[in-house]
Amino acid sequence: MSDRTITRQELPSPRYEYGGDDWVFVELDEAMSFDANFKAQAITQEIRQNSLEGLVEVAPSNASYLIQFDPSVLHPDELIDELKSLEDEIDVSEYQWEARVFDIPVFYDDPWTHETVMDFRERHQDPDSTDLEYSAEINGFDSVEAFVDHHAGAPHMVTMIGFVPGLPFCFQMVPRDEQIEVPKYEQPRTATPSRAIGFGGAFTAIYPVPGAGGYQLYGRTPVEVLDVDQELSGFEESMVLPNPGDILNFRQIDREEYDSIREEVENGTYEYNYDRVDFEPQAFFEDPRGYNEQLLEVLD
Amino acid sequence: MRVLDGGLVTTVQDTGRYGHYHIGMPPSGAMDQFAHKVGNWLVGNDESDATLEMTYMGADVEFEEDVVFAVTGADMGPSLEDEPVPTWTAVQAEAGDTLTFDFATEGTRSYLAVAGGVDIEPVMGSRATYTLIGIGGHEGRSLEEGDELPIGESPANADAMIGRSIAEENRPDYSATEINVVMGLCDYRLTDEGRERFLDADWKVSDEADRIGYRFEGPDIADMFEEREQPFGAGPDVTNVVDLGYPVGSIQMAGQPIILMRDAVTGGGYVTVGTVVSPDRDALAQCRTHSTVDFNAVDVEEALEIRRERDDRLEEIQNSL
Repeated sequence: MSDRTITRQELPSPRYEYGGDDWVFVELDEAMSFDANFKAQAITQEIRQNSLEGLVEVAPSNASYLIQFDPSVLHPDELIDELKSLEDEIDVSEYQWEARVFDIPVFYDDPWTHETVMDFRERHQDPDSTDLEYSAEINGFDSVEAFVDHHAGAPHMVTMIGFVPGLPFCFQMVPRDEQIEVPKYEQPRTATPSRAIGFGGAFTAIYPVPGAGGYQLYGRTPVEVLDVDQELSGFEESMVLPNPGDILNFRQIDREEYDSIREEVENGTYEYNYDRVDFEPQAFFEDPRGYNEQLLEVLD
Repeated sequence: MRVLDGGLVTTVQDTGRYGHYHIGMPPSGAMDQFAHKVGNWLVGNDESDATLEMTYMGADVEFEEDVVFAVTGADMGPSLEDEPVPTWTAVQAEAGDTLTFDFATEGTRSYLAVAGGVDIEPVMGSRATYTLIGIGGHEGRSLEEGDELPIGESPANADAMIGRSIAEENRPDYSATEINVVMGLCDYRLTDEGRERFLDADWKVSDEADRIGYRFEGPDIADMFEEREQPFGAGPDVTNVVDLGYPVGSIQMAGQPIILMRDAVTGGGYVTVGTVVSPDRDALAQCRTHSTVDFNAVDVEEALEIRRERDDRLEEIQNSL
């Protein structure tokens, strides 16, 4: 077992890259870590607030961030200079934010994703097993049950929204040696059910809409993460449920509970179980297990 | 304006929906911004007014009132009441007239601008259609027979535009095959030799070329990359990276190169190696399936110069009108 703390990662010098004439991409690290992610979130929040003229898009991602700008107003080198000075100022351990902790019920090994998994076996590394069996085995678990217990056993932080609107990439809030890691499909699938729970690299994804996908599929949630018409409770401010920095707790449910929650979602009466917390990176780094327990108390 | 036939894929588009990339929402909007803007100016509109983008095979429409329109972009042989009408030119139509299109002979996308613009309620600040989640445009989808599109109030100068035309030398050449690219993003993953082969190769636009992205066929890409111990979180393939943001115009290496267009997926876990310069995204949008392009590496100052030249040309066109 691990030493029970999150080992801080010394980040390399960021790579500032031009994306054509109108984008700048900044890679804070090639590897995923909370340090890289929190820094990406902190810098993008700062750059939004200092309202530099000519900014078009500011999008944090897992260990990097992306900015689009209007080059007739802002030269890319001017933007990069500004980003470098922000980079020097920010200390991740002092960066705190208000996070929402969400209960996300998941029906693991559900019939819908199972059917998809079986339909695309020839695109998988191991056509003779299921995605769950394969992932459990390569991560050293004795059984699918133990693997699922691990995935649902500690909360996950949303570290990026993207690919398609509302899709959260989530990183489990445990020390690195307890993190699950799996490959993406050898060739992406052309179909994925909506609300499928997928896993690729070190990230859980929730697919908001049906479509292509390359992540290993583990289950399905009855709740929505995208509501374009903003009619459901929980979507008053945005069509997207979680923001980066929010925390999702995947909770194992059975078919009966899946069906009953799904019915509530479909008739518009479902209320998400969530609450707000002040997230303090330093406290989390020092004692992730204890800190997570405390976080999840707000869901009781 | 009534749609008599939706053509192959026809959507309402404009200059795009910005400020939502961080929730995974691409800008959408006209794939060929140059043709879209010029079409609008020809009928006295603002460049941000909504036009119809038609793909390969145009739509047929019936005008319900007298109106000034212009067709720009790919030439799909437009006819008004069965009489051919010139492209890149402001034309008067009368109430009840039918405007029909054929297959594109050069380029892929045609724009129909109507004085007053397609006046649909904007969604998140734009009328652009984004079909993946069904927002914007007409019910968030491609147009079909029977759809009715409201037209805004005609600008005061629209009638004065009738017969005005874009000079031949200011119309884009849709047979161009060189696409300017700023190499970068994660191109450190390429070997020197791999980078050279990528830039030297002829790349054929595959059948999978739409508003999300253009997939290309060409040499095997797997051995263009440096072998490494993959960083934590990336996944084991040489083309895997820790999921990151993809710029519109970026070249993503997922089995084969894919260039992301205006309905781009905003991020993912495949390595990106460069970004098409913005004016050349318009040119690429007009490249036909099975045509061949090659990528020309330019530095950022050259990219900015290419953009300035395009902006100057647009300004010249706008002033000439």
